[in-house]
Amino acid sequence: MATYHDLSLHVRLFMKGYPFSRYAIEPGLCAKLTKPLNQSRIALVTTAGLRTPDQSGFDHSNKKGDSTFREIPTSIEAQTLIESHRSYSFDHLGVAADTNLAFPLDRFRELESRGVIGQLNHRHFSFMGSIVGPGKLIEETAPQVARMLREDGVDVAFLTPV
Amino acid sequence: MCCQTVCLVQAALEREGITTVSISLLREVVEQLKPPRALFVPFPMGYPLGEPNNADLQHEVIAAALQLLERHDAPVLEKFNLIQSE
Repeated sequence: MATYHDLSLHVRLFMKGYPFSRYAIEPGLCAKLTKPLNQSRIALVTTAGLRTPDQSGFDHSNKKGDSTFREIPTSIEAQTLIESHRSYSFDHLGVAADTNLAFPLDRFRELESRGVIGQLNHRHFSFMGSIVGPGKLIEETAPQVARMLREDGVDVAFLTPV
Repeated sequence: MCCQTVCLVQAALEREGITTVSISLLREVVEQLKPPRALFVPFPMGYPLGEPNNADLQHEVIAAALQLLERHDAPVLEKFNLIQSE
């Protein structure tokens, strides 16, 4: 896994000074699996800044980071998604070569066809992870996505950063 | 900051009763945020499921992560061992 030592000096210093503990998740938060995985509805969430060709890009000029999200239909061809993440602290070539690296839609289709999971939800969600001021994300956009997936009857979410 | 965003969205999903597991690329961040279930992976930033166009490896990482869904002793922070894929 990567550690701070793998980052550039500039990013490392920023990360060391950033108050991550301020956003620590409340202890004990744990939604238990209520049914077997092979009967569960699953959604994917990525912070790779992916969008469909007809969706607007993420706002790279927002200093706090763009807290909006894009809804990705499960019917889409994964390789047509456009990665528009603003961060320069990761190598963009991997996702460019294979979107499944950060948004494993084809892998989960395979799991669905093998009966490992129940079914893929009809939609998934993409954020751009470069959010240094996460107030709006915490208060607004993340709960909004959570409510939408709950209304869809999603049991399980699989999340991937870049 | 991607790992923080994942953790914060993950927490919002769990508060709605959705069981979650996340992939983690940056140990220090996840150790501080403590999401309910996370799988540390030994890959560089930008490569959360290992390698592009390596479906077998991607499936191994996903399978290891999905195993954590059964766990409810949150926060669960496990490490994906590359040796298990060989």
